[in-house]
Amino acid sequence: MPHDDIEILEERRNQVFRKGEGAAEIACGKRSAAGSVSQRACVFCGSRVVLYPIADALHVVHGPIGCAAYTWDIRGAHSSGPQLHRNSFSTDLQEKDVIFGGEKKLAAALRELIAACSPKAAFVYSTCITGLIGDDVDAVCKTISKEAGIPVIPVESPGFSGTKKDGYRAACEAIYKLIGTGDISGISPHSINLLGEFNIAGETWIMKDYFRRIGIQVVSCISGDGRVDEIRRCHGAKLNLVQCSGSMTHLAKRLNDEYGIPFQRISFFGIEDTAAAIYGAAGVFGDPEIESRARDLVKQELLKIQPELRRYRKILKGKKAAIYVGGAFKAFSLVRALRSLGMRTVLVGSQTGNPQDYEQLKELCDPGTVIVDDSNPLELAKFCLEKDVDLFIGGVKERPIAYKLGIGFCDHNHERKEALAGFEGMLNFAKEVHASVMSPVWNYVPRRANRKQERMAA
Amino acid sequence: MLDLATPTISERSALKINPAKTCQPIGAMYAALGIHSCMPHSHGSQGCCAYHRSHLTRHFKEPVAATTSSFTEGASVFGGMANLQQALINIFSIYNPEVVAVHTTCLSEVIGDDIPTIIKKAREEGKIPEGKTVIHANTPSFVGSNVTGYSNMCVGIVNYLAEKTGESTDAINIFPGWLDPSDMRELKRLADELGVKYTLCPDTSDVLDLPQTGVYEMYPKGGTPVEAIKRMGDAIKTVALGEFTAHPAAQKLNDKCGVPFEALDAPIGLTNTDLYIDALRRIAEVDVPASIDAERGRLLDVIQDIGQYFHEVPVAIFGDPDHVVAMTRFAIELGLKPKYIFSGATGRAFENRVNAILDGRFPDAIVKQQGDLFELHERIKADPVKLILGNTYGKHIGRAENIPLVRFGFPILDRVGHRLFPTVGYRGAMHLVEKISDALLDQRDRTCPEEWFELVQ
Repeated sequence: MPHDDIEILEERRNQVFRKGEGAAEIACGKRSAAGSVSQRACVFCGSRVVLYPIADALHVVHGPIGCAAYTWDIRGAHSSGPQLHRNSFSTDLQEKDVIFGGEKKLAAALRELIAACSPKAAFVYSTCITGLIGDDVDAVCKTISKEAGIPVIPVESPGFSGTKKDGYRAACEAIYKLIGTGDISGISPHSINLLGEFNIAGETWIMKDYFRRIGIQVVSCISGDGRVDEIRRCHGAKLNLVQCSGSMTHLAKRLNDEYGIPFQRISFFGIEDTAAAIYGAAGVFGDPEIESRARDLVKQELLKIQPELRRYRKILKGKKAAIYVGGAFKAFSLVRALRSLGMRTVLVGSQTGNPQDYEQLKELCDPGTVIVDDSNPLELAKFCLEKDVDLFIGGVKERPIAYKLGIGFCDHNHERKEALAGFEGMLNFAKEVHASVMSPVWNYVPRRANRKQERMAA
Repeated sequence: MLDLATPTISERSALKINPAKTCQPIGAMYAALGIHSCMPHSHGSQGCCAYHRSHLTRHFKEPVAATTSSFTEGASVFGGMANLQQALINIFSIYNPEVVAVHTTCLSEVIGDDIPTIIKKAREEGKIPEGKTVIHANTPSFVGSNVTGYSNMCVGIVNYLAEKTGESTDAINIFPGWLDPSDMRELKRLADELGVKYTLCPDTSDVLDLPQTGVYEMYPKGGTPVEAIKRMGDAIKTVALGEFTAHPAAQKLNDKCGVPFEALDAPIGLTNTDLYIDALRRIAEVDVPASIDAERGRLLDVIQDIGQYFHEVPVAIFGDPDHVVAMTRFAIELGLKPKYIFSGATGRAFENRVNAILDGRFPDAIVKQQGDLFELHERIKADPVKLILGNTYGKHIGRAENIPLVRFGFPILDRVGHRLFPTVGYRGAMHLVEKISDALLDQRDRTCPEEWFELVQ
């Protein structure tokens, strides 16, 4: 089907917006239209990605094999210690379990696993099936928890019970059950938790290093390189920094309401946002020494990366980018980070943004930028060609679409292989963007080759 | 790296650790992509569809489009009829495929949605445009595995589409079973070389192995056209390549249209390819051209050249049953010693089939259906092998035990070769010989004592 023939699904008209055309509010937070090739996933997926990096916990998926198989070791959420989280544990429900119930099987699975692995805690994910056949997962968890003497926490994540966002919320609730159960003595008055940071490609380690250098203790990172005991005492921290706001704002709010811990939405993507995050945190404690160390750190790190960044900027200036990511807050950072590389964002969208997010995006973007919520491959392809982009930033399902169109690609999702957070992350980002946008292969793909011919003809 | 296993084989009653299979719907989605201009449709929660698309994309490195009924709490209580009907309207109006292939999920199966009735109703109410086709397969995730789902969709394709008019097409049907697009391309090349008239179904070549064209096409040129599938009922005979992913569709076609079939294994390795070529030759009454003889000769030649390094090398083979069955036979042909032969699939049929191939020659071999990679790892720790043949999930065991892994089967999430080079046919076998010998010799070069490190092998 030629791309210019593609229409926008009638039901989706309000989920697409062009900056500069009217003031209509973008419709979002809707369920996907039945029959659309949505890039979105389910409640279970939301819970699984958030909790997955807690490395010394068992993660048992109570359902048919698929839910566990597709989420087995797919996320480069690194652990500096235990690797337990990278295994795939499934009750592999069969027909007879669907008929007679899977509670006994779940209890047996938990007993066997806890005996074999001695985990610090266990998370038990419910799936569509367990939601439907009515297994009392809570009761099983309670029994096993009492027997084994470790927290065994049910995660309310039947796939159909909402959107991926509801899965994030269920994960936050599960984590919340751990919080407040650990000893908080010895925690520094200058201390924080990192929320919604998953240590993809080791990014948590970069952030932790910054805070160590400026004299701020990171009590817990939830959930990157996460440990159960750290989470249990995270209520002793004085401030929460929320990186992936889509997934963890709920937890931050609860910690604010019930423990009085304030939170800041931050982002460690891009120079401006990273510096703002560090200054923001440093400023909270009213300690001039921390603030001064923060200034020094930012200065040092910038000096390290700027010469190379300038080189990339020179080459990338004027190139056009499309962004399609899970959460909108990351999109803001990416628009700014691309701008600092001299690039323009001409298409931007997210799977799970809320109305405020999209308002903010509208303000941030240049006129003519297309803004989409919950898009699909045809729409994305159409806008990419219409806007003639040089780079697409997205996840696993978008990569081959970009390549088919002859467009460079940068994975800013679970499958990124280079740390993109912090100052060195900005340099890595620039390198990746440069490697993809300037790859020699584009000289040979039809889209560019034609352009060259057109230029010569003109 | 995952290294949880110990050398004792743990007794587990209720648990899979690191599965060697996945669920039915992804197989149905893959099979449906082998129909020309077909939109696979997942009747269930949004996540299933997203997971299957991501997983297939990781393996094929191609865009995979599929739609979902996007179940809600409401649908899970009141049934998914409204969702599926709305989905059909939306799919045809915006994505305009020729065929929509609906598969169920655990959710819609437990709710008990009656798909044929919903499709019938949609057609009566004019929600399916004239000339368009909707087919379905039941693929409950809590029964069987990904290969069952593939097979069920193939049966569904036959069930809905194949017709018998009585006017023979003089063609042979080929059900390839679950193979990569590169393999399907090779099966067709061999049939062309023989000068045989055939219909391959499903056919994912030119769907999931596309060249760079600068265009994203939701329905590329490949896939078996509906018209061709219809005519499969008038073929002279069917060749079905794989007990678990191809034979059931051939059986169905026999039952429905009276087309007899030959039940073979996937044509991986020397004998299995011989059987494929021979079946086509006999049925079509053609001579095998010298070019194919020469390919076979070159395969034999390379096995002779390098076979000394294969002799009695203990090997673990795991993956989907048709792949493992065929690969076990090839491993024996190469002189390797099958030691652990694992599939995640359910049913004794797998064990029986492999044991028939082993034929008592490898009394220590452990053959296991419903196995998982944790147990395979335990067994390898207790009694190691020197080579692993299986999908990407074997890389943890390979690293933990310092054993080379030759990637083979589904899924391969971390390499690109399977997209380009077949494993079927004599050429595929040559390619496998190269990969296996490279792996064994690279390992030897990396790890042997200095005095044993040699230039010439």
